[in-house]
Amino acid sequence: MSRRKKAIPPKAWIGVALIALALALLPFVAAIAGQAWVRILNFAMLYIMLALGLNIVVGFAGLLDLGYIAFYAVGAYVYALLASPHFGLHLPFWIILPLGAGIACLFGVLLGAPTLKLRGDYLAIVTLGFGEIIRIFMNNLNAPINITNGPQGINLIDPFHIGTLSLGRADTLLGIQFSGPQKYYYVLLLITIGVIVINLRLQNSRLGRAWEAIREDEIAAKAMGINTRNVKLLAFAMGASFGGIAGGIFSATQQFVSPESFGLFESVIVLAMVVLGGMGHIPGVILGAVLLTLLPEVLRSTMEPLQHALFGRVYVDAEIIRLLVFGIALVAIMLYRPAGLWPSAVRKRELETAITK
Amino acid sequence: MTALSLLTATGISKRFGGVHALSDVDFTINHGEIYGLIGPNGAGKTSLFNVLTGIYEADGGTFNFDGEPLDRLKPNQVAERGIARTFQNIRLFQNLSALENVMIGRHVRTHAGVIGAILRDKATLAEEAAIEKRAYELLDYVGVAKRANDQARHLAYGDQRRLEIARALATEPKLLALDEPAAGMNATETQTLKALLENIRHDGTTILLIEHDMKLVMNVCDRVLVLDYGKKIAEGSAREVQNDPKVVAAYLGGEILLNLKGA
Repeated sequence: MSRRKKAIPPKAWIGVALIALALALLPFVAAIAGQAWVRILNFAMLYIMLALGLNIVVGFAGLLDLGYIAFYAVGAYVYALLASPHFGLHLPFWIILPLGAGIACLFGVLLGAPTLKLRGDYLAIVTLGFGEIIRIFMNNLNAPINITNGPQGINLIDPFHIGTLSLGRADTLLGIQFSGPQKYYYVLLLITIGVIVINLRLQNSRLGRAWEAIREDEIAAKAMGINTRNVKLLAFAMGASFGGIAGGIFSATQQFVSPESFGLFESVIVLAMVVLGGMGHIPGVILGAVLLTLLPEVLRSTMEPLQHALFGRVYVDAEIIRLLVFGIALVAIMLYRPAGLWPSAVRKRELETAITK
Repeated sequence: MTALSLLTATGISKRFGGVHALSDVDFTINHGEIYGLIGPNGAGKTSLFNVLTGIYEADGGTFNFDGEPLDRLKPNQVAERGIARTFQNIRLFQNLSALENVMIGRHVRTHAGVIGAILRDKATLAEEAAIEKRAYELLDYVGVAKRANDQARHLAYGDQRRLEIARALATEPKLLALDEPAAGMNATETQTLKALLENIRHDGTTILLIEHDMKLVMNVCDRVLVLDYGKKIAEGSAREVQNDPKVVAAYLGGEILLNLKGA
């Protein structure tokens, strides 16, 4: 941007420092409630990456994609196949993650190419089918040659490791005990911040504007000289590659993948994060991803104690209440905030080129 | 074909099922003129625009633009070759700011890709700055600079029409094709528009103008093409055309003639 870099006021620096400190301490605070909560934080970050990836396709370019989880699956399986005893390959993660992103990107183009002329409902149906095709392939590619090990999935996947340092187990560093999930937390935090920065930059670029132009009016976008074919394919490719990265990390943290993890419901949840948070608005999408990851877990862990406290016994299974409340919350948000919890405002630009003339 | 001509259309035809929207239309637009395109409703004016800009494919005939044929190009390629258009029913990017609308118009003349967007290298930053600067200049040029940061859909109707012109100008067209820019404007706004059109022509862009406001057409256009039922029925200076009996007949019983003479 041509606008002059304003000196960042000291208050803002203090704010940034406080947020950084909070993010750094978060896994230890969460660990007080149990390591499970650290894992949930990690999942929240995975979902942030997925939601941001899907946001490129749905939020920026306005192409409804109901099979997004397929790219997550591709990334997860690429990692699983290249770093597990299944094929006896144990490549390091810094090779597999970019590779997974690249292959997912390729699948994104593969899905994008035949659907270029489709919009809205029709595109949704095709992408939905694509998502299912990938899952069914994973489920059935165990014969005649066993590639994916079918419904049993792939086990004993390598965790991230650099030399002898493995993120899979606990370690003591500077007298502080770091559990596996806590170490993953920091790696995930770095990658997530990277993904957020890339998304912010993409949105505020020539390409980002072209995506938004297509979302707003495809014919006008074409008439203004935007090559809508290439720009749409790029949206699919970029979105898919973030899904691929998230999938690779998922494989490494779980150390197990099976086709079950990549059903339609997952696609729908990620889409719900995008829509609920505020389509096309990066902070909103992040909020949506965090809320929709944490809310079910909070409900899961509070509903049984709550019933005990109120009635002295458990009447309804926590799992049922969880889905019920979750559903009601979604309906309520869509009724009262149809543009999402944190919708985008018009971007204001400071125009130094303006007026001063 | 003389070196004067910017766009030459030869035998342009377009059918929709059994309807001949355009049959065998010929015309030539010269460099630096404002060329009017008029005709009763349904005469094929907008169809001609859509065929010219690649939104429809012609069933017959060719366009020769700036020395090269325009055949079978996609709309974005037509824009790249130097024809920009506006739409009869304003098609702005409604939820984006006025400035961003014009910045999108710069897309076709700029180059930054994914890598540039992510790395924000010097070249990309310079290009972004240039895009923003030019977009602002164009907003200023058409007179909506004050609304730069407002969503396009919140602009007044006349401002939206002018914003659409700014967005089209951002693609650096050699030929600017305007589809009823004065529709819905009041007399004052039309006057401002007339001045704007003359400025654009003065700054070197040729204009093709579809318009129902006959006063505007007769005042601003160097030459006029009249379509009726998809056929060319007259072409010539405003004065020649308004005295053409075929034109008068096309506009039902000479009502238009009175209007024209009054103008």
